[in-house]
Amino acid sequence: MTRYALQIDQLHKTYDNGFIALKGISLKVQEGDFFALLGPNGAGKSTTLGVVSSLVNKSQGSVKVFDHDLDKELSQAKCLMGVVPQEFNFNMFEKVQDVVVQQAGYYGIPRDEALRRTEQLLKQLGLWHKRNEASRTLSGGMKRRLMIARALVHKPKLLILDEPTAGVDIELRRSMWEFLTRINEQGTTIILTTHYLEEAENLCRNIAIIDQGDIIKHSSMRDLLKTLTTEVFVLDLQSPLGQVPEIPGYRLQLVNDTHLEVSITQGQDINGVFEKLSDAGIQVTSMRNKTNRLEELFVNLVTSNKTDLQGVSA
Amino acid sequence: MSSYEIYIAYMTIVRKEIQRFMRIWVQTLLPPSITMVLYFIIFGNLIGSRIGQMGGFDYMQFIVPGLIMMSVITNSYGNVVSSFYSTKYQGSLEEMLVSPTPNWVILAGYVTGGVARGLAVGAIVTTLSMFFTQLEIYNFGIIVLVVLMTSILFSLGGFINAVFANSFDDISIIPTFVLTPLTYLGGVFYSIDLLPDFWASASQLNPILYMVNAFRYGILGVSDIAVGYALLVISAFIIGLFSYCMYLLNTGKGIRK
Repeated sequence: MTRYALQIDQLHKTYDNGFIALKGISLKVQEGDFFALLGPNGAGKSTTLGVVSSLVNKSQGSVKVFDHDLDKELSQAKCLMGVVPQEFNFNMFEKVQDVVVQQAGYYGIPRDEALRRTEQLLKQLGLWHKRNEASRTLSGGMKRRLMIARALVHKPKLLILDEPTAGVDIELRRSMWEFLTRINEQGTTIILTTHYLEEAENLCRNIAIIDQGDIIKHSSMRDLLKTLTTEVFVLDLQSPLGQVPEIPGYRLQLVNDTHLEVSITQGQDINGVFEKLSDAGIQVTSMRNKTNRLEELFVNLVTSNKTDLQGVSA
Repeated sequence: MSSYEIYIAYMTIVRKEIQRFMRIWVQTLLPPSITMVLYFIIFGNLIGSRIGQMGGFDYMQFIVPGLIMMSVITNSYGNVVSSFYSTKYQGSLEEMLVSPTPNWVILAGYVTGGVARGLAVGAIVTTLSMFFTQLEIYNFGIIVLVVLMTSILFSLGGFINAVFANSFDDISIIPTFVLTPLTYLGGVFYSIDLLPDFWASASQLNPILYMVNAFRYGILGVSDIAVGYALLVISAFIIGLFSYCMYLLNTGKGIRK
């Protein structure tokens, strides 16, 4: 039987100023999943995660974490969750080690055990040498890692990450991806929001896209990517080209004299393009996607949702 | 959470709170000590020697209990209001809110921090007062009870102020415009017997009068108010404020969105 780490049913949130942030969303995240919750700014991602982590009061609906209803078994649900928020929210004057040890204390973990776990996590996340420094002295990337260490100190089964790699350089981002993949493989369910769509595509198995308070897509990453009908590739050419070569069935366009854009629709084979180009004496040195596949789908979905809503209001 | 886990969560908050005010002792413990020494010198020695006796005691002896109480009140209140507001302002309050720590434990932890600072400053001021006058303890039990209850009450008050505060200005409004006038008019420097009937009756609406007098009773054995009644009034305020704090925490007013 499928066990769910998170079940959201008909969740509504209207803020005091009348702004409707969530319009009755429903969502299920399986145990062990690496799940992406994507959406444009102001779509309702952080509100959803805020309600789940009990920092935002819901207006209506139900939320269950590993079958523990937040309305009835809040304490049990909280014990199973770790939260990494978007904003830095630790005491900037506390030492790095104290930030993590105190968090363990709030979960009732004895100090000796908390110190042991803190050492382990800070070492894993490359912060052990900074343990006695005030947290405000850390770089942006280190602060993000400190929040991850803090969220993991009580060994949660569900980790909620709200834009954990925002403002982090690519090298560090990759090391964080590796770390998150490792803990996911060890059994921790992860819910991730991010604006880096290649991050979601690489890490996550399932996805929901939220826009203007509604879930507009909820599926597996694989199924979602299958719906992409056209992919555009950019080919780097060895020698400059004067004009666009003619290849029947394929749409080609010159970006400049050494870069050629090729549109491949579903069912077409990119090998066919290479053969034809090779026959014409055109050598391709490398190739890349023009845009990230998920990014293309995301933009299409959000744009069409906006158009639909405008149509309804008109 | 089991009782042991709750105890650990409570001690975590208490340790954090005590470490905070000890780390910045120059801002938290030193200033009230200097202020009280100035009160002892100016009001006790210089002006007090001209006033003579009050309530059957030297003026210095008469004001010392009130001044100790004043330092306990302002420091208990100040500790919780500044600490809890900073936690809210920096967002680190979320660390506690996402954890299974029950709301009453969060409140108890902050109140204990406020009580600890109130008692620490009270002890320092009491020690300093020994250089200016001789204090004889009339009823030690009453002294401990009143100091504890007063610091609990004002820690709760500081907590409410912090919940509603939206800026650092907001955490100084109540101490400046409410707490200080009530303290000065609460019988610290005079006996309400000296006041005209109307003002003596009006003073009885001031809760600080009960604390100052109950504490003075513990040290000197004299009070303008019946001690039992004073303790009842303080208890009623504690119950009222504690209930309100719990209401604020449970509904998330000023804390959750």
